[in-house]
Amino acid sequence: METSESPASVGPVLRARGLEKRYGDGEGLVQALDSVDLDVARGESLAVMGPSGCGKSTLLHLLGGLERPSEGEVWLAGRRVDRLSEKALARLRRRAIGFVFQAFHLMDELTALENVELPALLAGSSPRAARQRATELLGQVGLTDRADHLPAALSGGQRQRVAIARALSNEPLVLLADEPTGNLDTAATLDVLRVLDSLRAAGQTLVIVTHESRVAATADRLISMRDGGFVEETRLTRGTHGRLGELAGLES
Amino acid sequence: MPEPVGVSVKEPTSGYQLRVVQEVLLALLATQASHGYQLRARLQLALGPLAEALNAGQVYVTLNRLEKAGLVSSQRVGQTDRPDRKVYELTASGRERVMEWLDDTSWPKPAPAEFHLKLVAAAAAGLADPVRLVDAQRHALLDGLAAAQRAALAEPDGSIAGLLLEGVVLRLQADLRWLEACAEYWTSTKER
Repeated sequence: METSESPASVGPVLRARGLEKRYGDGEGLVQALDSVDLDVARGESLAVMGPSGCGKSTLLHLLGGLERPSEGEVWLAGRRVDRLSEKALARLRRRAIGFVFQAFHLMDELTALENVELPALLAGSSPRAARQRATELLGQVGLTDRADHLPAALSGGQRQRVAIARALSNEPLVLLADEPTGNLDTAATLDVLRVLDSLRAAGQTLVIVTHESRVAATADRLISMRDGGFVEETRLTRGTHGRLGELAGLES
Repeated sequence: MPEPVGVSVKEPTSGYQLRVVQEVLLALLATQASHGYQLRARLQLALGPLAEALNAGQVYVTLNRLEKAGLVSSQRVGQTDRPDRKVYELTASGRERVMEWLDDTSWPKPAPAEFHLKLVAAAAAGLADPVRLVDAQRHALLDGLAAAQRAALAEPDGSIAGLLLEGVVLRLQADLRWLEACAEYWTSTKER
């Protein structure tokens, strides 16, 4: 039995029970997600891996309130959220959840700094507080010297780091990232992974959906999906350097 | 020139490792004569966090061996306040050996064939479920990937050791992708 009002400070930040998502009907019915249960602990970093079409993006959309489940429940910090009104859901998304997408979704006409402070302004922060927070966040992702650049003047990796800073603007309970390195080359991928790893180390709750194993490998826990369901779960221990030598071919 | 993979030399803990270190030390001596500790520092820089896998004394032991084999020669250099130090130099046959090594295109560790045959054998003998073996292998490689990725992230931009770690990461990624294909194949044979 679920308790309906557990205090926000205990229990998982995110909880899903019996989550299902269907699109279409009759012959065209697609079961995108099939009875998924999930708990994400506070401060945990979770990666969800699987081939395209396995339902991992759908799962992220349901967890973040971008779509509603066909069946099942989504709980955020002890509060059931899948039945909230559109208005309440939009408010929740703005304040409690940070989103990072493959395609960045920055506002082209705003500078990096303005993009980052926008969510805080929309949530009712004073312009001064919003600017201060945005400046800090750009520093955290290593882009202090790019604050006044428009997105068009930034590289892909820099744009994604701006998008991450923006997602953190309202100190979200959880940061949800959908293929955050999907459009990036190796060097930019490493830059983004460094930022995500520093967030993990700082205790930010993270859910990262990816088909890239190197991105998933930065998480504490990894869930593999296939055909709309979970098939496997791995806790990563991050081995030792001795084992690294073996993997590099130094020892036989 | 290299021995076939899987054939172990007398010392089981240092067979392959030692062989490579020999060639690397010879190559490092090709441009200038060096002390053992200088060579060790060069290796440590190139390997970064992986240098821990190297035995500290291995460089000196290897240099001794190379000298006995006539691939390097040494000269004692006196120091005022410490014992004499040896400076090593490449001999003509040492240089020849380096060139052979540089031109050799063999690529060590053909893991796929071994693992592939393990799955085929497991299925044929009915001793273990190939899909379970693939899963176990996947866990192990993911753990390794996590360690390599963490080490790669800790390297500063432009680090030479970071380049090596990137190689480890990319190979593990490729292996993991292949394991996906293995899982798919052996799952489908079960369903048939």
